Amino acid sequence: MPKLITQVGCPYCGASCDDLEVLVSDDGKKILETRNACVIGSEIFHHATNPNRLKKPRLRQPDGSFKEIEYEEAIDYTAKALLNAKKPLIYGFGSTNCEGISAVGRVAEKAGAVLDNCASICHGPSFLAIFDNGYPSCTLGEVKNRADVIVFWGCNPMHAHPRHTSRYSIFPRGFFTSRGQMHRTVICVDPRETDTAKLADMHLMVKQGHDYDLFNAFRTVLRGHKIPEEVAGIERAKILEVAEKMRNGRFVMIFFGMGCTHTDGRNHNVDIAISLTRDLNDHTKASIMAMRGHYNIAGPGQVWSWQFGFPYCVDLSKGTHAHMNPGETSSIDLAMRDEIDCFVNVGTDAGAHFPIDAVKHLKKHPFITVDPNICMASEISDLHIPVRIVGVEEPGVVYRMDNVPIQFKKVIDGPESVPSDEELFDRIYVRICELTQTEPIWVHGKAPVPASTSRVK
Amino acid sequence: MAEKIVLNMITQRSIEEGQAMEKGKTTQEYFKACSVVEMNPDDMKRLGILINTNVKVTSEVGDVIVKAITPTQFCPPGLAHIRQGVWANQIVPPRTQSTGVPQYSGFPVTIEPARNERIKSALELVQGSVGLWKGGA
Repeated sequence: MPKLITQVGCPYCGASCDDLEVLVSDDGKKILETRNACVIGSEIFHHATNPNRLKKPRLRQPDGSFKEIEYEEAIDYTAKALLNAKKPLIYGFGSTNCEGISAVGRVAEKAGAVLDNCASICHGPSFLAIFDNGYPSCTLGEVKNRADVIVFWGCNPMHAHPRHTSRYSIFPRGFFTSRGQMHRTVICVDPRETDTAKLADMHLMVKQGHDYDLFNAFRTVLRGHKIPEEVAGIERAKILEVAEKMRNGRFVMIFFGMGCTHTDGRNHNVDIAISLTRDLNDHTKASIMAMRGHYNIAGPGQVWSWQFGFPYCVDLSKGTHAHMNPGETSSIDLAMRDEIDCFVNVGTDAGAHFPIDAVKHLKKHPFITVDPNICMASEISDLHIPVRIVGVEEPGVVYRMDNVPIQFKKVIDGPESVPSDEELFDRIYVRICELTQTEPIWVHGKAPVPASTSRVK
Repeated sequence: MAEKIVLNMITQRSIEEGQAMEKGKTTQEYFKACSVVEMNPDDMKRLGILINTNVKVTSEVGDVIVKAITPTQFCPPGLAHIRQGVWANQIVPPRTQSTGVPQYSGFPVTIEPARNERIKSALELVQGSVGLWKGGA
């Protein structure tokens, strides 16, 4: 009998849905069906069992082709590449669990590397604004149960977080929002008429790149001052109407996304969004949340803040202390200044998602990819090490976009002999210790893993 | 009729891109989902660009050939959108305003018809940029 596994977490977007149901074959090896998942989540589960999955590391040969090698050799190669580099960069973590992220932290500290995660090209500016201005946020459960005015500013959940609106923000019936969508006023601020804007009661088609002006206009109006006829392409009457809606809401929720952080203004756009949230609290209750992109991209921020005191752009190359200064220690800037002499891409695809100039700079030195799948980064790597897929073949803790930790399950066994991110990086750590003739330091009584007698056969 | 126009480019996520990406970046689905540019139909008329024909998009850092499609989500005049991914990142300026985040949205591009030019595959673009492309489909 096929087995139905319930309350499965979805390893795709920041909404980190944990209500999926997955039908698994008798032998626990094949995924037959997924329920409740969006099209993207469903694709991840079905893609896992495709017959072309890689089961061994591949090393680039002088003629440009790949040759399969053993994990031992790949671990040794990575350990040596990290030790030989003056300033290696370990980047990614969009798609792994906190256990893996923590193991990488140990490796980075030992190797004197720069640690950075996808926030660096995503919600990094939001961190900067949060450091400066605080983060009056809440959980998605509170949004579902309380929020009656929802603002989507520069984000498009219908495309990037497909079930966000049905689980948390527009449609669900909550304790104080018993009529669901009928209870909520949805406002969308976006230069395009996105599919989220089509769902909204009001769409402010802001002039692209002028978000700061519009935030400022709302603050000005809420403080009782006059504003010009038109701000950022929006008529005064419309701004007054939306401000009134927000003032009269019982609980206003502002979600913001890449529309704020990817364009001119960056952190300043988020900074003033936080100030607007604070101002709104003079009139009603209001809260704000970053629409984090991946299911555990809040994870590295949490884990590294605990380990090193900083959520991203953590430079450990000084050997004495962690140092963080985006613009200086951020992946793209380091790459463009040619400061990086070894690049390790973990659970992401820098090859597809970095501006191509940054990729060209990074490729001048050893380039290693740790990822279950073939991606652009793997296809230009000197070494590609496949690992198990978190949420499908490997359980673990992930942080949802509201920083709520969730224990994800595994639903099938991964390919034999393929390690998890955590196992792989623990073994790289042990190998680095062997090479430097130092003792590994394990916290929380974790059992040491000798690099040469592998846990994974 | 203008030969080139300057538009304001944004590159953001779409569900088509998300789904195709999880299927694999070397698949035909990913190619179809991401090697496209969306702009206002009036801007296309100004340039004489027919729907589903190729155009050349040039920014301060490079250029890329993509297909001009009818916007699936309305674009106002003056704005253009390439879905995030390999084709978009051929032209995204890596300047970060000292925040670490490249200028993924809000940079000027020129667009011109390039009906007879070929759209390169994701692998050809990325491997080609680092001297690893060996040809083929």
